Amino acid sequence: MAQSLFNKWPYPISYGKENKIDTDVLILGGGIAGCHAAISASRKGVRVVLVEKGATKWSGNGGAGVDHWQAACTNPCCKVSPVEMTEAIVHSLGGYECGIKRYIQCVEGYEVLLDVEKMGVKIRDVDDEFKGADFRDEETKLLFAYDYENRYTIRVWGHNMKPALYNELKRLGVSIFDRVMVTGLLTGKTKEGVRVLGATGVNTRTGEFYIFKSKATILCIPEAEGIWDFSEPHGFGRNFHDPNCTGDGFAIGWSAGAEFTLLEHTIPSDGNLGYIPYGVGNAHNTWHGCTIIDSKNRELKWYDRDSKEILYEQRFRPSPFQKFFIDGGSIGDPRRFYDVYPPVIEPNLPDLIRKMHYVLPLYADLPSMPERERKAIFGMMVGNEGKTFILQKIYTEAGFDPNKHLLQVPIFSPEGYINPPVWWYSPGLPKWRRLGRCGGLVVDWDLRTNLEGLYAAGSIIFGHGDHAGAATSGRYAGRKAAQYAMNVSHGIIEQNQIEQQKSRVYAPIYRNDGIRWKELKAGINRVMQDFCGPYKHENTLKIGLKLLHKIKNEEIPYAYASNPHELSRILECISLCTVAEMVIHASMARRSSSKILDFFRIDYPQIDPPEWNKLITIRFSDGELKFESLPLNYYLSPPYFSSYEENYKAHCSL
Amino acid sequence: MDKEAYAVPNPLASGKTIQIDFDKCVGCNKCIEACRRDVLAPNPDQGKPLVLYPDECWYCGCCVMECQFGAIHLIYPLYQRISVIWKERENEEIFYLRNNFRKEEEKCTKNG
Repeated sequence: MAQSLFNKWPYPISYGKENKIDTDVLILGGGIAGCHAAISASRKGVRVVLVEKGATKWSGNGGAGVDHWQAACTNPCCKVSPVEMTEAIVHSLGGYECGIKRYIQCVEGYEVLLDVEKMGVKIRDVDDEFKGADFRDEETKLLFAYDYENRYTIRVWGHNMKPALYNELKRLGVSIFDRVMVTGLLTGKTKEGVRVLGATGVNTRTGEFYIFKSKATILCIPEAEGIWDFSEPHGFGRNFHDPNCTGDGFAIGWSAGAEFTLLEHTIPSDGNLGYIPYGVGNAHNTWHGCTIIDSKNRELKWYDRDSKEILYEQRFRPSPFQKFFIDGGSIGDPRRFYDVYPPVIEPNLPDLIRKMHYVLPLYADLPSMPERERKAIFGMMVGNEGKTFILQKIYTEAGFDPNKHLLQVPIFSPEGYINPPVWWYSPGLPKWRRLGRCGGLVVDWDLRTNLEGLYAAGSIIFGHGDHAGAATSGRYAGRKAAQYAMNVSHGIIEQNQIEQQKSRVYAPIYRNDGIRWKELKAGINRVMQDFCGPYKHENTLKIGLKLLHKIKNEEIPYAYASNPHELSRILECISLCTVAEMVIHASMARRSSSKILDFFRIDYPQIDPPEWNKLITIRFSDGELKFESLPLNYYLSPPYFSSYEENYKAHCSL
Repeated sequence: MDKEAYAVPNPLASGKTIQIDFDKCVGCNKCIEACRRDVLAPNPDQGKPLVLYPDECWYCGCCVMECQFGAIHLIYPLYQRISVIWKERENEEIFYLRNNFRKEEEKCTKNG
């Protein structure tokens, strides 16, 4: 049956109706970081409000689940200390990493895991499904991934992580506002500068307006996706990158004067042209160690860090004389760092394919692997990771059986098999980029931003991040924000801030026609593709900035939304446009090229000159752009102590 | 042949996304609350969910996980399904991620 083309909007409309909410700690974003921040603040006894654009029970930019808990260095089986792990990760990224967030992850990750176990998430093999496996500790029944010798990453059955956190939020009495998109921070001036006093939001179903007044606020909204790529036929969500992540947190932080760094770091993007994430033959990340064969049944070899061929068991062990190796997702870039270089599959695979030593296609050979290894990859990790609960269900229903089927690796050009791509990524269009998951807010050892009352957690903090990093920074920021909130009173919010927000937010619904959100997004994307693509120059960056201003001043004023859903999509485009501007400002500020940051300036071709090995911070305050620089390890430099342990001890509030 | 035609916008290249088995759906609308992107919306006329914005689906599968009645099927678009390929060793026959939920389509064929 064909459905009627125009359905009446299914929710009651109340554009502009004000809801005023007063709280001690306000959490913006209900993903992993936001949920842990809310739980931790609430346990300190303060009132907590959580605001989420989607559904707190399931939202999160890595998908609803988790399969491996990385860098849990304080678990009883781990042989790597939190400092060793933090230093290795930071070093492997050339120093472009937030050591504060990483150290907190390494120190508190296992504690958080024990916490979520109490909430009903299975973190150990209580059913003895993997009894006797090489990666199992028989006493604690914990299962480990990657380096079975050093045991820093724990395999978990986390497909129900979000519902478990959600139930805990409910139990603790946290007030949750789902379907509310945050549109701005409310601020006030103090003697020292700016203090954040709350936020505004709009309901994506009813159009109602929200005014949240808070003593402390924690930004837990991740970085933006979709700044460069757009492909209508491929939809908006066929890959790993959450379409809900439109940089709303970046945009509101920027408008309030928060300080950001590393937004110039961008990487090629597959847009939505990729394969089903984790769903094709692969040997990396979650599929680490999977046996790969070619179409003639020849097995691809594995090598240690010294390019020596290794046996099957050594895929999960450090090389001779190596203390530990690192592998996983967003846990440094160990292939840049010999000390922690992981076992890898044929480093010269492209050549071997070209010479037809191996004949395409390649296949993931799960059936030939030991049963417990096979089950750990397909069934446990693929089955709990991100969006793979549904993947495993659909594949099984369609007849795929890991015990007998070879799963094909996609066909790429020979270079596509260069080690170490994750083989479900596909090359996108040449000008498509994405943020390198590295840029974000600058924080101090309290996870506070440069603005009083504004804290941050999860991937909005600069530096790479993962599930455990989001959880631990959320937990830490939650208690710091609660502590601050207990010692201050509410500030006074000027009414004109609220009025300005309201007139900006609702403008697109008062027109009868105009430019719609997808056209707007594609236009912003085109500017970024052309003027902030793989190669950059002052002239073209400047034109890009002018064109973004033109979109803001000459196109967005004609944007039209026919309902609250479309309104939120237009507001997302405005966020994207702001983030695009921030990226161009950051790109103009770094006047050198950098291999580590995948950042190439035609006008400043020198690669990684030592004087540019620093963080350049950008912020917008009092109508002016402000640039400063920080040493890469500013968090171990005065006024802070010179060691991770001392700073943590002085600030952790435990 | 007696079959009505409709003037509707072109269908999406990215496919069906979500298919609901209305024989199993009880209209609890829990899937609507699970969706982070409001792909699903209530349909007051039918009392059962409407797939309003299929192009915005992220394939997170939360609606499927939420449904106690097994009424929701997520269907990856053909360009992705056709690139999930498997086979048995020493056997040239290949399989792909076929959509096994074609209840509505099959019904139509019989009636047509």
